[in-house]
Amino acid sequence: MSSFIAYLVSGIAIGCTYALVASGFVMIHRVTRVVNFAQGTFAVVGGMATASLLRHGLPHGLAEVVALASAAALGLLIGVVAIGKPGTPPLSSVIITLGLAIGAYAGEVMIFGDQPLSFTMAHGSTSFLGAHVDRQLFVIMGVTVVSYALLQLFFGRTYVGKALTACSSNPYAARLSGINPSRMGLLAFAIGGALGGLAGVLITPIQPVSFDSDSLLAVNGFAAAIFGGLMHPSTALLGALVLGVSESMIGGYVGASYEIEVALVLMLAIMVWRAARTPVMAEEVA
Amino acid sequence: MLQVDDLVVRYGSAVALDGVGLHVGRGEMVALVGPNGAGKSTLVNALSGVVRPAGGTIRIDGRLAHVPEGRQLFADLSVEDNLRLGAWRSRNRDPRRIYEVMPVLGEMRRKAAGSLSGGQQQMVAVGRALMADPDVIAIDELSLGLAPIVVADLARHLAQLNSERGMAILLIEQNARLAFDLCQRAYVIESGRIVAEGDSGELSRSPEVARAYLGGITGSDTETLLERTAE
Ligand SMILES: Nc1ncnc2c1ncn2[C@@H]1O[C@H](COP(=O)(O)OP(=O)(O)OP(=O)(O)O)[C@@H](O)[C@H]1O
Ligand SMILES: [Mg+2]
Repeated sequence: MSSFIAYLVSGIAIGCTYALVASGFVMIHRVTRVVNFAQGTFAVVGGMATASLLRHGLPHGLAEVVALASAAALGLLIGVVAIGKPGTPPLSSVIITLGLAIGAYAGEVMIFGDQPLSFTMAHGSTSFLGAHVDRQLFVIMGVTVVSYALLQLFFGRTYVGKALTACSSNPYAARLSGINPSRMGLLAFAIGGALGGLAGVLITPIQPVSFDSDSLLAVNGFAAAIFGGLMHPSTALLGALVLGVSESMIGGYVGASYEIEVALVLMLAIMVWRAARTPVMAEEVA
Repeated sequence: MLQVDDLVVRYGSAVALDGVGLHVGRGEMVALVGPNGAGKSTLVNALSGVVRPAGGTIRIDGRLAHVPEGRQLFADLSVEDNLRLGAWRSRNRDPRRIYEVMPVLGEMRRKAAGSLSGGQQQMVAVGRALMADPDVIAIDELSLGLAPIVVADLARHLAQLNSERGMAILLIEQNARLAFDLCQRAYVIESGRIVAEGDSGELSRSPEVARAYLGGITGSDTETLLERTAE
């Protein structure tokens, strides 16, 4: 029983980091219709930058904030390259993000080295329903809940949030109202960068991150995002939790880590199911 | 207020507008009529900068608002949010001034715009454009899908804004009779060229225009309607 609780809590926490990556995918896709393959890169930069800033003596808090700002800036930069030229077809932008994600490896190795980095955020473990649980897992869950709540407020209550939704719903009409959809797209890339970066900052203390850790997070985040048709952050959250918990249970009871495999199978199943149920995917690609 | 000269717009190799000239003065209400595919929507899209002209000049004094063909609302957002986003470039985001002239919008302000009927959506589209407090408004198909009484209502509000605030109006209409009734002056566009222009009353008496756009009925019907609006 206690190991079940431990697997469950750890699965939910890992799922939360997938959810943050997924919400970045959704954020960028909603506004620009671009699937940003560099989404995992933000997490790597967030995690590695925090670790290396802490090593250089920056205090906690500042290190995390600077790392998040760097991830957001990188998001903006990738946005500029991918959608900055007006009239770039979304598919070309997707390919550009893929290229940048691979190109980023070189930069990451140069800046952070090729070894996995880690750091400690919340020390030790605590007893929870009879199981020993890392305190960091609760930090992950808490921060994810707060981030999702803030996102909800941002889209539901603020004028800029509404404008982002407007660009997603009808970019032509947005332009007529004087909103600049390209600029909104860049904003989405920056926010997506920060969300991905946050996932990296949170996960690095429990899973050391190296330059090529992006694919695991990106594949899982993408699978979760697909759950919500790449349009709905709340459904993506659900998908992310399902993924995190299933992977944790399989890892715990079967005794091997099949994270990528589980994610891929689930993603495939969702895609087949969605395609059979509605033509949504086809429309969104078109 | 709005001055267009020698405007040329091409889609690839196809010429959609071929040297169009047009003028709407301050406080004027001008109609643009023409058959499907004549280039009317292209013209207003060029005015609002969505399509880039290949040649010619456009001069707009002040702010232009554009009620696009086919309503084009933000379907997931509420009526109120749609209206507020219309004021993106102006400072006044309070939609109450629109609810005063269009009380129906106030009643359904919390509904998702996508859940409204076509006519209701058209009203939101007009309201959203008015939120920009425009100096010039271009309306692409005002009457489309609207009940005649609603059109009359909207037309009255527009005429009021036109006379009180001097808002210039360019009205694109399939229903040429309505357009001639509402506007003092009109342009007729065919295949990307202005083929006739002038006083609406005179245009509606011209046999060619009447045959093409008024179902062959010249003169008296429209004249009585015109007299009514003039009063
Ligand atoms: N995006 C586009 N790409 C290519 N051709 C276009 C495009 N939009 C319009 N056209 C062409 O330009 C011409 C003018 O079209 P436009 O939409 O301006 O006509 P319209 O007068 O508004 O017609 P309607 O009364 O049917 O709305 C048409 O021949 C149309 O086929
Ligand atoms: Mg048209």
